Amino acid sequence: MSTHHISVTINGTIYEGDVDSRMLLVHWIRDGLRLTGTHIGCDTSACGACTILVDGKATKSCTMFAVQADGRQIMTVEGLEQNDKLHPLQEGFHEKHALQCGYCTPGMMMTSLALLQRNPNPSEHEIRVGISGNLCRCTGYVNIVKAIQYAADKMQASEQVPVTAGEGGE
Amino acid sequence: MIPGSFDYVVANSVPEAVSLLQQHGDEAKILAGGQSLIPLLRFRLAGPSILIDINRIGGLEYIQETDGTLHIGALTREADLDNSSLIRDRYPILLDTSSMVADPVVRNWATVGGNIAHADPANDHPATMLAVGARVVAVGPAGERIIPIEEFFTDSTFETTLRPDEILTELRIPAPTERSGGAYFKLERKVGDYAIAGVAAYITLDDNGQVNYAGIGLTNVGPVPIKARDAEQFLLGKSLDDASIHQAADLAAAAAQPTSDTRGPVEYKRAMVRTLAVRALRKALARATGGK
Repeated sequence: MSTHHISVTINGTIYEGDVDSRMLLVHWIRDGLRLTGTHIGCDTSACGACTILVDGKATKSCTMFAVQADGRQIMTVEGLEQNDKLHPLQEGFHEKHALQCGYCTPGMMMTSLALLQRNPNPSEHEIRVGISGNLCRCTGYVNIVKAIQYAADKMQASEQVPVTAGEGGE
Repeated sequence: MIPGSFDYVVANSVPEAVSLLQQHGDEAKILAGGQSLIPLLRFRLAGPSILIDINRIGGLEYIQETDGTLHIGALTREADLDNSSLIRDRYPILLDTSSMVADPVVRNWATVGGNIAHADPANDHPATMLAVGARVVAVGPAGERIIPIEEFFTDSTFETTLRPDEILTELRIPAPTERSGGAYFKLERKVGDYAIAGVAAYITLDDNGQVNYAGIGLTNVGPVPIKARDAEQFLLGKSLDDASIHQAADLAAAAAQPTSDTRGPVEYKRAMVRTLAVRALRKALARATGGK
C-alpha cells in the first residue's frame, strides 16, 4: 500500500491531504473533507449519485481514486450556490419539484451542469440521454427534465443580459 | 466497498509504463479510464499489487484518419467518439458502439483501448473491432507490434495475447471504401447494463453489388468476443437480399454460445442474435449504398 500527498482544487478552494492509494475519491470528499453533499448510492458505478465535475467532466467519484485527482479541478454540489444565490439548476429543481427524497439530486444536478455547459439548449431527448447515467427512484424523471429545461432557459437568458442590469433592482 | 491494498504509480510516457510493466510483470495492472477495473477492485474480483496510471501520458488521445487508416489512441474516451464529426460522418458503426457503452457519465472516462484490452466478452467494442477487421498496436520492450484483432482475443475469458510487459497504444481500422458500411445493434435491459446480445456487422460490396468483405462480431453471447466466421464466409460473393441476410443471421446465431442467466435463457439470446444480425446487416447494406 502506498500513501500519496495530493492537492486538489474543489469549488475554488485548495485541499491537501495524504491518501492511501486505494481510497476512492468520493470517500475522501465525504469522510476526509466533510463535503457530504456528494452522495454514495449504489457503490457499483451504476446510479450516479456521486457525480461531480473533474476538470469539467461529469465523473462518478466512486469510480476514481482520490490519488488520481491530484492537481485537478473539482466541482461538487456545494459549489453551485454563489453569494447566497441558488444556481439556476438548484432553483429549477425547487421550482419544478424535481426531487422527492433528494438522494439522487446532487449527482443529477452535476451531470445536468456538465450537459448544459456543453449544450446550452438541449432538446428533451438530449436531456434524457444526458442524464441516463443517473438514476432517480422517486420522480419518474418528468420533473427533472422540466427543471433542467428551466435552468437552460434561465442560464441562456442571463447570458443575454449585461451583468450590471440585474443589480440594484427590486 | 473498499478495494484491497495496492501500490499506485503514475507513468508519464509509454516507455515508462513498459518499464514499470517489466519491473512488476503480471502483478501490475494498467489503470486507464478505470470504469471496469475500479469496480472489479471494489468487488475484490481483481487484486493487483500495483496500478500503473497511464491517464497522464500525453498524446494517447486522438482520432485521426491518415493513409486509408483510422487511428484511435488507446486513451481516447468513449465520449470523444460520441462527439467526433469524423466518426459520425465516416465510421457510424463506431458511433453505434460508443453510444451504447455503459452510460454518458461513465463514457467521460472509459477508454476505447481499455474496452478492448479488458477483453470482457460483454464489452461492446470487441465485436465491432472483429467486424471491421481492426489491428491492435502494442508496445513492449522490443518496440511496436501489430496484432490483428482476431489474434488478440484468446479462447479464455478476459485473456488477450498482450504480453505482461506490453501496453496497448492504438487501434487501427481500415478507412471506408466507396461501397462499405457497418452497424452495431445492442439489446440491453436498461442504459448502463451489459448486452443481452449485441451484433456488429460490416460489409464491402464490389462493383456488381456483391459482398467482397463481411465481418460479423457478437457481444456477450459466449465466454469470449465471437467472430461469426461461417456467416462471414457464407456472404462472400453474394448479393445482400432478404434471403441471404436471413441465412447469414441464422449462421451468426449458430455461432453464439450463450448461457442462461438473469438476462434470459439460451434460446432467447440465440433468437436475439438472429434478429440483431438481420438488423445490423440491413443497416450495413443501407449505409454501404449511400443511406444513413
